[in-house]
Amino acid sequence: MTSGSILRALRPCIGLAIVLTVFALHPQAEGFLSVYNFKIVANQTVIVGLAAIGATFIIVSGGIDLSVGSIIALSSVVCALVLRAEYGVTLAMVSAIFAGCVCGVINGLMITMLRIAPFVATLGMLGIARGAAKWISGEQKVDVPPAALESGGLQAWMSNRPDPEWLWFSPGVWTTILLALIAAYVLRRSVFGVHVTAIGSNEKTARLCGIRIERTKIAIYSIAGACAGLAGFMLCARLTVGNPTAALGIELDVIAAVVIGGASLAGGQGGVLGSMLGALMMAFLASGCKMTGSATYVQEILIGTIIVVAVSVDVLQRRRA
Amino acid sequence: MPVTTLRAQGIAKHFGVVRALDGVDFDVHGGEVHALLGENGAGKSTLLGVLAGVHSPTSGTIEFDGEPYAPRNPLDAVRAGIVTIHQELCSSPDLTVEQNIVLGREPRVQRLGMRALVDRTHVRRLAEHALDRIGARVAPTARVADLGPSERQLVEIARALAFDVRLLVLDEPTSSLTAVEVERLFAVLTSLRDDGRAIVYVSHFLEEVMLIADRFTVLRDGRTVGSGEVASAEISGIVELMAGRRLDEVYPPRRDRSRMAKEPTVLDVRDVVGKTLPREASFRLERGEILGVFGLVGAGRTELLRTLIGLDPARQRNIVVSMNADVRLGRGPREALAHGIGFASEDRKDEGLALDLTIAQNITLSGLERHARYGFVRSSSVRAAAERCADQFDVRRASTEQAVGRLSGGNQQKVALARLLHDEVHVWLLDEPTRGIDVASKSEIYRRIHALADDGVSFVVVSSYVPELLGICDRIAVMHRGVLAQSRNTSDWTEHELIEVAARGAGRGSVQGKKAEA
Repeated sequence: MTSGSILRALRPCIGLAIVLTVFALHPQAEGFLSVYNFKIVANQTVIVGLAAIGATFIIVSGGIDLSVGSIIALSSVVCALVLRAEYGVTLAMVSAIFAGCVCGVINGLMITMLRIAPFVATLGMLGIARGAAKWISGEQKVDVPPAALESGGLQAWMSNRPDPEWLWFSPGVWTTILLALIAAYVLRRSVFGVHVTAIGSNEKTARLCGIRIERTKIAIYSIAGACAGLAGFMLCARLTVGNPTAALGIELDVIAAVVIGGASLAGGQGGVLGSMLGALMMAFLASGCKMTGSATYVQEILIGTIIVVAVSVDVLQRRRA
Repeated sequence: MPVTTLRAQGIAKHFGVVRALDGVDFDVHGGEVHALLGENGAGKSTLLGVLAGVHSPTSGTIEFDGEPYAPRNPLDAVRAGIVTIHQELCSSPDLTVEQNIVLGREPRVQRLGMRALVDRTHVRRLAEHALDRIGARVAPTARVADLGPSERQLVEIARALAFDVRLLVLDEPTSSLTAVEVERLFAVLTSLRDDGRAIVYVSHFLEEVMLIADRFTVLRDGRTVGSGEVASAEISGIVELMAGRRLDEVYPPRRDRSRMAKEPTVLDVRDVVGKTLPREASFRLERGEILGVFGLVGAGRTELLRTLIGLDPARQRNIVVSMNADVRLGRGPREALAHGIGFASEDRKDEGLALDLTIAQNITLSGLERHARYGFVRSSSVRAAAERCADQFDVRRASTEQAVGRLSGGNQQKVALARLLHDEVHVWLLDEPTRGIDVASKSEIYRRIHALADDGVSFVVVSSYVPELLGICDRIAVMHRGVLAQSRNTSDWTEHELIEVAARGAGRGSVQGKKAEA
């Protein structure tokens, strides 16, 4: 590991430490460091966190995904519709993931077969998936039937009081942690992961080395779609409703988490665990701002500032090297 | 007594630990053409960068017409009267000739109290005047993208004149010109010199240098190692000065293959036609043979290799025999690698290395599956293989886990070549394998290439540097305007003939004479 990559790995940790310290010392943020608050924050990280797992692969490969928010909304609606048709929670989850994955595959095909730049292709998907969500829901929130909520166990997925209690976190949080660990290992150690990094670092070199660029990219965007689909399921579980207008603008939070987590938008650099810390930091920031009664604009300005500072520190450090 | 126009003393430029320049003394007078010579990696580009205001020197002083000269950016340099024309002409192709000539200080006209509009009549006058001065017959309204390389070069010289250039720097100005165009360029340069302007001329082609230059300075490893009058110098002396050692030390001795038993053909390329280039190329490559390909920039040498490897589309997909198997072209590098054909590109940073990845990852990138179990990479296996390949190419490193971006140019190139070793390919297509690297690394790479050839690996080496081709190849073929001519044994070529054939084509060159004799 070079000194640069160590600093890069430290970036989200430093950010997180600053946020925690500031609010821990803040007189009005009582109970900020409590276990209870930590559970809530962890739960609030799940949606952005899951989406950020997929987005890390995309950004490390040198791409970008603007369609995450729309895909999450679409999947949450699909999930609610499946539950309303009384197919059970498991099938609802599978359908949500599948819907997300389909969107991801289409993203991948647009980027590789039609050779549309990722920014534009996923900008298109941002509109298409959002529109599709409104279409299949009849532009209304889709309520989940009470039977699925309680006995079906949908609510349990994102409950702050997990059953059994020794679980501490909700199953949604555990799912995110587990997936993040697996994804981090895949990105670092698998052939696929190294190929993803190589494509992001230098696509021409990757092609020269005989890496199947198209296939790999389609896989990357499908995985990201599936992650967003799962996030849509978790959203449905938390809100107990499939909302076609939910998760608006969340793609920017996701990108911010990945960038704060140490990834470079130029590709080739970044890690899943860093992204998770980035997502966690933003959730703590939101929680702290709410506790101290700051207006939302304070939170928005802070997040914006953190992104700019985090990235410029990296740029400055690189220039000196 | 000529007035000194520019005098640089003790110029050093360090990039981190790399000493690109380490004590350069250089002076140019008005009214002379001064050749700046040196091998790839000697520091010529960095020195040009310092003159052009791209790099600021770490130490040393430059005086220009008696004033200290320390440009902070390229515009400063141009304002001072020093204009550099690069090998890759950097005009804006979508603009017209006259727009290019005045780009950056367009004369303006006042309208509505603002000086926001371009004064088009003034622009036309400036452009026509500059073009006339050098006798360039180019329409000021032509789009630069529609011009050939020679005309684009004249446009850049006209642009320099419009800036009232006092010191004109030309970097490899003839590498994409035909012989007639070279003559025309030399006439222009001579007339500019006779005006009392100073010209710095950088070129690989020493015979041309002898024709046009009055004095020369040789750089090696970032230092000035010699200078003098061209009239009293010999080419062989200059070449050894550039290499810093006797030539047989740089280029290891090679067996004469023409006297050896015929080896089996490993690659038989017939009538390869690319989308635009190459227009026609056929050649045979024997086991353990090194074939050199020479040509002007734009002749299609790079495209030939890229078409063979499948990076550029082939219009006519003719059969290539590779080790008894028929291979069709144009299916991409993956297919080529599977048939034992590997490629190292001329620009390793752009295409060849992933600078964020480690040495080990770069070396094993194309064959990572071999080191994987259930889709996960076994790092011990990767490291062992990478160590072995890196050792063979003598990659200087702290560990194979180092990022490639931190290595020196020579070591980066060795990593790019070590990958082909890991791929276990038996045909290596190398495009400018020693561009921009130091003499020591070069020499090591040559030795490695020869050792591999002795073990039965075959090479196609594309290079713009004639001594290199003459020094390491068994046979050399010349490419002219997309057509690859018949190859000859290296001992049958001279530098002069190679350049002649590359510029004029084999049809009118001496090859025809040879055929007639036979």
